[in-house]
Amino acid sequence: MSDLQAAAADTFPKLLLEMARRRPEQPAIREKEYGIWQAWTWREVENEVRALACGLAALGLGRGDKIAIIGDNRPRLYWTMTAAQAIGAIPVPLYQDSAAQELTFVIEHAGARFVMAEDQEQVDKMLSIRERYPALEQIVYDDARGLRHYQQDFVNAFEDIQARGRGYDAANPGFFDAAVAQGNGDDTAIYLYTSGTTGQPKGVVLNFDNLVKTAANGIALEGLTAEDEVMAYLPMAWVGDHLFSYGQSYVAGFCVSCPESSDTVLHDLRELGPTYFFAPPRIFENILTTVTIRMEDAGWIKRRMFKYFMALARRCGTRILDRKPVSLADRLMYGLGNLLVYGPLRNTLGFTRIRLAYTAGEAIGPDIFDFYRSIGVNLKQLYGSTEASVFITIQPDGEILPDTVGRPAPGVEIKVAEDGEVLFRSPGVFVEYYKNPEATAATKSPDGWVHTGDAGYLDDNGHLKIIDRAKDVGRLNDGNMFAPKYTENKLKFFADIKEAVAYGHQRNYCAAFINIDLEAVGSWAERNNVSYGSYQELAAHPDVLNTIKSHVEAVNRDLSEDPRLAGSQVRRFLVLHKELDADDGELTRTRKVRRAFVAEKYESLVEALYSDQDRVYVETEMTFEDGRKGTIKADLQVIEAQTFGQSEPLKMAG
Amino acid sequence: MRVEGITLSFGGVRALNDISFEIKEHEILAIIGPNGAGKSSMLNVINGFYHPQEGTVAFKGKERKQMRPHEAAKQGIARTFQNIALFKGMSTLDNIMTGRVLKMKRNFLWQALYWGPALKEEIENREFCEKVIDFLEIQAIRKTPVGRLPYGLQKRVELGRALAAEPELLLLDEPMAGMNVEEKEDMCRFILDVNDEFGTTIALIEHDMGVVMDISDRVVVLDYGRKIADGTPDAVRANQDVINSYLGVSHDQMAAQ
Repeated sequence: MSDLQAAAADTFPKLLLEMARRRPEQPAIREKEYGIWQAWTWREVENEVRALACGLAALGLGRGDKIAIIGDNRPRLYWTMTAAQAIGAIPVPLYQDSAAQELTFVIEHAGARFVMAEDQEQVDKMLSIRERYPALEQIVYDDARGLRHYQQDFVNAFEDIQARGRGYDAANPGFFDAAVAQGNGDDTAIYLYTSGTTGQPKGVVLNFDNLVKTAANGIALEGLTAEDEVMAYLPMAWVGDHLFSYGQSYVAGFCVSCPESSDTVLHDLRELGPTYFFAPPRIFENILTTVTIRMEDAGWIKRRMFKYFMALARRCGTRILDRKPVSLADRLMYGLGNLLVYGPLRNTLGFTRIRLAYTAGEAIGPDIFDFYRSIGVNLKQLYGSTEASVFITIQPDGEILPDTVGRPAPGVEIKVAEDGEVLFRSPGVFVEYYKNPEATAATKSPDGWVHTGDAGYLDDNGHLKIIDRAKDVGRLNDGNMFAPKYTENKLKFFADIKEAVAYGHQRNYCAAFINIDLEAVGSWAERNNVSYGSYQELAAHPDVLNTIKSHVEAVNRDLSEDPRLAGSQVRRFLVLHKELDADDGELTRTRKVRRAFVAEKYESLVEALYSDQDRVYVETEMTFEDGRKGTIKADLQVIEAQTFGQSEPLKMAG
Repeated sequence: MRVEGITLSFGGVRALNDISFEIKEHEILAIIGPNGAGKSSMLNVINGFYHPQEGTVAFKGKERKQMRPHEAAKQGIARTFQNIALFKGMSTLDNIMTGRVLKMKRNFLWQALYWGPALKEEIENREFCEKVIDFLEIQAIRKTPVGRLPYGLQKRVELGRALAAEPELLLLDEPMAGMNVEEKEDMCRFILDVNDEFGTTIALIEHDMGVVMDISDRVVVLDYGRKIADGTPDAVRANQDVINSYLGVSHDQMAAQ
């Protein structure tokens, strides 16, 4: 890698040419199609990108123009990024499941002239956007299915653009190489729009230096090589995917694999067995939920074995991973467990070859985190943001403290402001928010320090500990600290609970909304012959409510042991009648709860939590996948949960 | 495809009475009618499952004698059923592969040998099935036993099996019965795409009027075994007989009559 920097490949197109020269026959990217993994070598990728870049140039895409990219993770969409960057254009990846009106804002704001759309669904969205925003000149599509009768001359197939590009390349030899050579490290590489928990999305401008340097630092720290395997399955518009599946692949030269479809990710993951894996906590939670459910359904012997060895793993698994001393007996039993339980389990999850797994985006529940580490998956938390080109801190190997996010990543400086907000400065610090100087000025100081908006502190070991969003940490009326996310994460560890929203700031006590996990609770219902007609009916079933109540009380008991957080115990809660959904604006596109929005939307429910009502009637508007709206009505039960005194001994609490 | 003067009786019941119509190449034809109008019987006549007492069926200009369904299949007619008829214990992929049976020429001895021509043939057919799977977007359930799938997906698998036979004429018996709005929309898109991409002629029976009027090029209306209308969706919608017998007579009109 050091020889790479010597070669001065400071942009992705230059890195691509470099890789095509050094590793021409090695796979660069794979995609599963027709049930088979199809691979392209670095040389083939270069040819594809060359043809596409020339084709886009022939259509009039020039230096500084923007091209929006929308679709699932597909090799052709990644090539579009490189092709655009090669000719000095700026790719703007979009979240593929956004509705047309959400996309209109971004496309207009970025001023995109071209768009690369994956399929008919996305082309249709773009056509509807074009009616309001005629400056969108060209729509190029990857998958021609269903698009045969689209006669508009501005809608073109990927292959046709490439064919045109090959002609252009033949007529203008040297154009492509000259265009690539013209690129510099401080040129804008990409606009990444942050989904934003509040307000309109902001376009984070990153240049090649930000991304290439940050990618190289990460590679050096973790010792990644060209032999690593990565699966690209998270939205391309998200900075994590951009850095891990695109940036680091180009810098280190490893192969990236795209799953067959979004529904087959877990299956493809298992087939592929990546060595380097990234997932937000939600995915690790989902996988764990699936495992828990399947174990509940397993036979008696397997269940006993699983329980026994998981208890052992909890006791010594993480210590073994961290190379800390463990007694010989435990070590031997762990070896047996590895043979009987952990190995097969890792295999089922697709983690057999895993060397490094990251999670970030939200705090991961310590129990979930420990589960993966105890079965030998080197899962580490990192703390980052789009504005930092991902890395701010990473947990170093052997020094994993579950409640911290680790030490500053290479090249990153950190300081904590007087009000507790964390600030950082690094080579990855973004250039600006596109067309939004006020926001840029509010976030980034002239000397390069960036406000994260998170409250935290550096502990004695130099590890950063994040408590919550700075603006979310609140106080109860009795002065106790209230950290909503901490309580929510505790609740969400239970497989039955998909989402929790805790309230308590400037209130007398903490209260919560809870979403059941349809998969987990549905499986329970099936096993216990409980019939239900809908999510709503299942969520209101008395037995379900009792189970959730016991979970809440378990969390309360847990919280009561920590004097600082004892005040955050949930005194009243209700189980929501519908799943919180990004289509209804209740979650962000990265599936984080928009707490304030939810509080406003379900105001009557929040009031009920802070009254002595035991039932509350609610009507909610919801959006279906096709964009239609409907209302659902429900009569919800508000449940009191037992709370525990701070000093009360455990045995009395039971 | 032409049917001419078809009459079919079961004992004393006349299921179809002197029915003639034509299915033109590359079109989507809908056959509609109230319950018991003879729609499914008509489909069964077309694919050779029932033998009409009177009348003739001509496919691709060739009039046909008494024939069996597998002969119809050889001629390029495939169908799906009103109540799903899949092999419940087999995976989606295997079910779709059964649609290729007629394309497999190697006999059992070659297949027992495994290597050689039979393997090559198997791979070619598998490739085609994978294209069908890709087309219908059912990759995620490739290896799932069909019996464990929800109803809407089973319908899709059944369509996949019919498509695997590379039919020229595809008969769909209530492809959208029992589906929710979203599943119906998906199915409509698949039907239109099949017609569009492969040029397959499609005859379908459907009760959902919205669907019928949206996707079909022509509509044939049956009532008590008689054909009462035949034309474009708009023409059929305006036809008074159809309105009376099927879409219903409003009270005002009844009073006027």
